[in-house]
Amino acid sequence: MDRAEPLLREYLILSRGGQGGVTASRILATAAVLEGKYAQAIPQFGAERRGAIVRSYLRISDEPIKRHSRVKQPVGVSVFSARILELMDLNSIAPTAKRVLVNSSKPVHLGDREVFYVDATSIALELNLVIAGWPVVNTAMAAAMAKVFEIASLDSILEAMKNFFHGKLLEANLEAARRAWDRVRKA
Amino acid sequence: MVRRVVLIGNHAVAEAVKMARVQVVAAYPITPQTIIVERIAEMVERGELNAKYIRVESEHSALAAVYGAAMGGARAFTATSSHGLLYMYEMLWWAAYSKAPIVMAVVTRTIGPPWNIHSDHHDILSVRDSGWIIAMAENVQEAFDLTLQAFRIGEDKRVLQPVMVGLDAFVLSHTAEPLELPEQSDVDAWLPPREPLPFVMEPGKPFAVGNVGPNEFTMELRWCVWRAMERAKRVIKEVDEEYRKIAGRSYGGLVERYRLEDAKYVVVAWGAWCGDMKEAVDILRSEGYPIGLLRIRFARPFPREELIEAASGAKAMLVMDRAVSMGMEGIFSMEVKSVVGGRVPVKNVVAGLGGVDVSYDEFVEIFRKFIDEYESGKYIDWTLPEWYMPWRGGSR
Repeated sequence: MDRAEPLLREYLILSRGGQGGVTASRILATAAVLEGKYAQAIPQFGAERRGAIVRSYLRISDEPIKRHSRVKQPVGVSVFSARILELMDLNSIAPTAKRVLVNSSKPVHLGDREVFYVDATSIALELNLVIAGWPVVNTAMAAAMAKVFEIASLDSILEAMKNFFHGKLLEANLEAARRAWDRVRKA
Repeated sequence: MVRRVVLIGNHAVAEAVKMARVQVVAAYPITPQTIIVERIAEMVERGELNAKYIRVESEHSALAAVYGAAMGGARAFTATSSHGLLYMYEMLWWAAYSKAPIVMAVVTRTIGPPWNIHSDHHDILSVRDSGWIIAMAENVQEAFDLTLQAFRIGEDKRVLQPVMVGLDAFVLSHTAEPLELPEQSDVDAWLPPREPLPFVMEPGKPFAVGNVGPNEFTMELRWCVWRAMERAKRVIKEVDEEYRKIAGRSYGGLVERYRLEDAKYVVVAWGAWCGDMKEAVDILRSEGYPIGLLRIRFARPFPREELIEAASGAKAMLVMDRAVSMGMEGIFSMEVKSVVGGRVPVKNVVAGLGGVDVSYDEFVEIFRKFIDEYESGKYIDWTLPEWYMPWRGGSR
């Protein structure tokens, strides 16, 4: 049914509240817009709690995006914690997604889906990006998503991040993005 | 030079408030509006906006505070949602019938029970008789644009009425989208500081507002506001057209006409879900259906002339309502029928209450059914609204 918007791509982000899924979505939207594209970053609507599984969404298009309804047919899914895959069935929530990115230290296999992985948690810990005991993996995952799903260049991701962080925190997050861009691998 | 940024709807409204150089802001939190007044608080704290920021103990007081500020000649703003708007109800009338040109953002949210923070339009449409100008955005860009335009419209001497700018909960308030911001210097030239009016309240120069008078005073005042609303129709179009000079875009005044040229089937609606409806119109147009969307931007003053014009070449109209008058029908359906009734058959579909998502592919089927019913003569059954509830296996 995508005849009206053939150049529109939709993504689902699965994260834990506190991991920064919504911020990752906004960084990616901003980076895409810097490259002249159109984008929407959509949080899970309603209450978010630290630790709970949070869904956020991203739309990227070459044309202005008219729709505001929920993403139902993502082409890609980004999973901020491999444990989430044990609790949620991608076949039921994202059957259309052919490509999946997972935050994991080792390769993950999900049927005939094309899976990529990056150890974003280690990157966050290396750079001391920890809030209330939670490694904040959003910037590493945003950069890995940009590469895996061909959403934006690393330069655009780094530029977009300047809208979200400042000072030393910005420096650490820029480095997290660079490391994730380099380390993301196909499973 | 315009600046391209990515903002959520609530931050876009706050940005417009800053660029309008608002002088007084009253703040009381309610989800999903709270982020607007939080962002404005940050702007005041950082010195980006030179405004008096008043934290109050209720929405009733929030509106009372900006009402007083507007009567004192200040440019004043507040924001609310749902139960907060209902709690303001009494003050809405005081502000409107004192002709206080306040601007208020209303992040539309359904009304409990059951407790629910998601969007429908019962809050903003239940206050439609209070004398406020009432507008609704389709996207984040328009939420910004309408907020700026609202100050020009409300403060125009031909109007002098308060203005509400609506934006749907979460789908706009919390969704980040690209938008273009005009230059501050262009906004300053286009929207100069508020001009003092004959009835500016000042310490040391007391006068009475809203005092007891002959009954004829009440009726005269109602007539005065009636005429201001009629004049506002012209002012809204002028302001929207002049906005093009600083922003490079305008929308069409009280309504936006989407593929209405030669349309035989006209859908009428307002709010963020109109974006999905436009995609549905595009799909049906590509299949040869002569369908278009009349998107209402202002519910008050109501776009009578625009609706009559759209109905004149149409075979049938479909009103999509996200708010219902219980015991009657969808609120816009009542209003559209009161204007075009007798000219064309009008179908009413009630959908999306309490934030229920309706997407472009569903609108394709809803619109196709409407056209099929008209063409097969079933429109004689269009007396009661159809409730679109796919989880119950279809419409009721």
